Amino acid sequence: MTQASDTSAAFTAPAGSRASAGPPVDDVPAYGDAYEAGFTESAGGRVYTVTGGDWEQVLGGEDYSERLTVNMGPQHPSTHGVLRLVLEIEGETVTRTQVVIGYLHTGIEKSCEFRTWTQAVTFLTRADYLAPLFNETAYCLAVEKLLGVTDEIPERATIIRVLVMELQRIASHLVWLATGAMEIGATTGMIFGFREREKILDLLETITGLRMNHAYVRPGGLAQDLPDGVVPDIRAFLLDMPKRIKEYHALLSGQPIWKGRMVDVNYIDAASCIALGVTGPVLRAAGLEWDLRKTMPYCGYETYEFDVPTSLDADSYARYLVRLEEMGESLKIVEQCLDRLKPGPVMVADKKIAWPAQLSIGTDGMGNSLDHIRKIMGTSMEALIHHFKLVTEGFRVPAGQVYTAVESPRGELAYHVVSDGGTRPYRVHVREPSFVNLQAVPAMTEGGQVADVIVGVASVDPVLGGVDR
Amino acid sequence: MSELVPASGAASGKGGPRRHDAFGASGSGDTSGFGGLVRNPPVLASTPRPFGDTDADNVYDALERSFPQLTDALERVVVDRGELTLHVRRGHLLSVAQILRDDPSLRFELLSGVSGADYPDDPTGRRLHAVYHLMSMTWRRRVRVEVSLADDDPVVPSVMDVWPTADWHERETYDLFGIVFSGRDGLLRIMMPDDWVGHPQRKDYPLGGVPVDYKGAQVPAPDTRRSYS
Repeated sequence: MTQASDTSAAFTAPAGSRASAGPPVDDVPAYGDAYEAGFTESAGGRVYTVTGGDWEQVLGGEDYSERLTVNMGPQHPSTHGVLRLVLEIEGETVTRTQVVIGYLHTGIEKSCEFRTWTQAVTFLTRADYLAPLFNETAYCLAVEKLLGVTDEIPERATIIRVLVMELQRIASHLVWLATGAMEIGATTGMIFGFREREKILDLLETITGLRMNHAYVRPGGLAQDLPDGVVPDIRAFLLDMPKRIKEYHALLSGQPIWKGRMVDVNYIDAASCIALGVTGPVLRAAGLEWDLRKTMPYCGYETYEFDVPTSLDADSYARYLVRLEEMGESLKIVEQCLDRLKPGPVMVADKKIAWPAQLSIGTDGMGNSLDHIRKIMGTSMEALIHHFKLVTEGFRVPAGQVYTAVESPRGELAYHVVSDGGTRPYRVHVREPSFVNLQAVPAMTEGGQVADVIVGVASVDPVLGGVDR
Repeated sequence: MSELVPASGAASGKGGPRRHDAFGASGSGDTSGFGGLVRNPPVLASTPRPFGDTDADNVYDALERSFPQLTDALERVVVDRGELTLHVRRGHLLSVAQILRDDPSLRFELLSGVSGADYPDDPTGRRLHAVYHLMSMTWRRRVRVEVSLADDDPVVPSVMDVWPTADWHERETYDLFGIVFSGRDGLLRIMMPDDWVGHPQRKDYPLGGVPVDYKGAQVPAPDTRRSYS
């Protein structure tokens, strides 16, 4: 398959005689031809570094075993970041898949221990960069539970959290659709997916100020209220999007090549999913109707009307259909959110927790509004002290540990947060669904074809920023 | 309910039971009134039964029924903010795990995750904690199992045979905390490079960082900034 030849590969061959077409055995490899293989001798045999070309040409007719160890990634367009797969293949059949991660490890969990409880949001939003609002919300739910203010979060803040999360779920699934389609050659699917995702990013930019890495959800509520005029924009999107989903179905769902690549490929059943910890669309596509929004509700999800799409096929195609259906369900939730929005505060009333954020766009980007600065600098010394203390020192959180989970686009996203009573998190651990779900890739791909590995990784929808943190 | 966290300073390593004043001053110069505050050191105690939380009580009752040696296996049981934490002695971890997964009235089929935590000032002297987050899909409830280990003997049996998903979680906890999970293969580093020295998430492992010049002033590295905890 073409993917294999795009990949740099390490080829193990028994040391033996070479035909005259290749370079002499003892020679240092020549690099005259761009595709010519360099090789080094190792204990396991000769290892060739190949960047392309034909095996016959590369090996110069040498005897070789059919077992290849192919190093796919870490820089490979189908790895959704920097994921390295070490494949042992015989012919086109994958006999062993090893998943190597850690290339994007940035120590987000450690860094959180050196910032205030509010600042940690800014780090965590960068973990799973396709679902930052889920990270923020899950973490803030944990902090609020530690603070004991869960019931005091204003209703409007919770509704807006649900609203932006569901918009982002659609955006995340669209990126999955776009990249997944591109990887198997359906480039129109890629254009479609990114086109609609951009509309959602525009909406999120209007709401939060940033396309990604929003830092919008804060402990106690939100950084700021919805701006004027965004609700009609969201309504227009809600009108448009169902047509687009139909378009995806028309383009892809019945397409023979699409189905040929995905139906009955990368099978994993529900019991294996649970044993391997897999949650989210992969588990639902295996038939288990497990969605934390329904089964262990948070943020008032039990009051919204929506369905949890499932399938019994447990293959890549089922995961595709489940995700497409989920977009439609998210649209339903967004609509209900808009209907419920009532004016009100978006931050807890407790001024010892509520971060003073009356934001507006200034000359140097977004910052506190001039009115707020005028107030604290000009009229109220106490407000200035309070602002200063809260921003530099932060608030204290009673000691204890909690575990809160939300249903992210990829499955159970959970935070284990420990406080020692100080102004900084003592420990923040992210239970990342991408990290856990990637463990299922060997089970899905071993015994299949090389080309199916790409479909398999795509069907899990890993985001390496979240995997490695 | 602060018994969950042993007495310790914050991430800065400063502190102990005595709280510093708001501006980090010592001796004179404190105008905040915080300087003399003394925090009571947390007591490592179990929550008395009944816990007053239906799920927690049900889990504990079921565990008591099907696991006769429960009092030997558990060091402490804490119910805080509606979450049940079982502090298990490491020798009993595997048998408790098996019961938690298989007993019909418990059925914690899913190991959501394993995380570590480092409490250098743990009064028991066992600073490293391996924390297992379990979820019962049948009963729709969660429980947390915690095992504490000494720095010089950080070995705990692997639960991979009970929950295969523990593989990467245990590797991550080993990598970042140095907790060794025995009885399994391939306990390799997963986040850090294979030849890395040290375990970065431990509290005595420095964050690192350099001071940054910004608009004529210098912002110190994060781990050297003033801490208020």
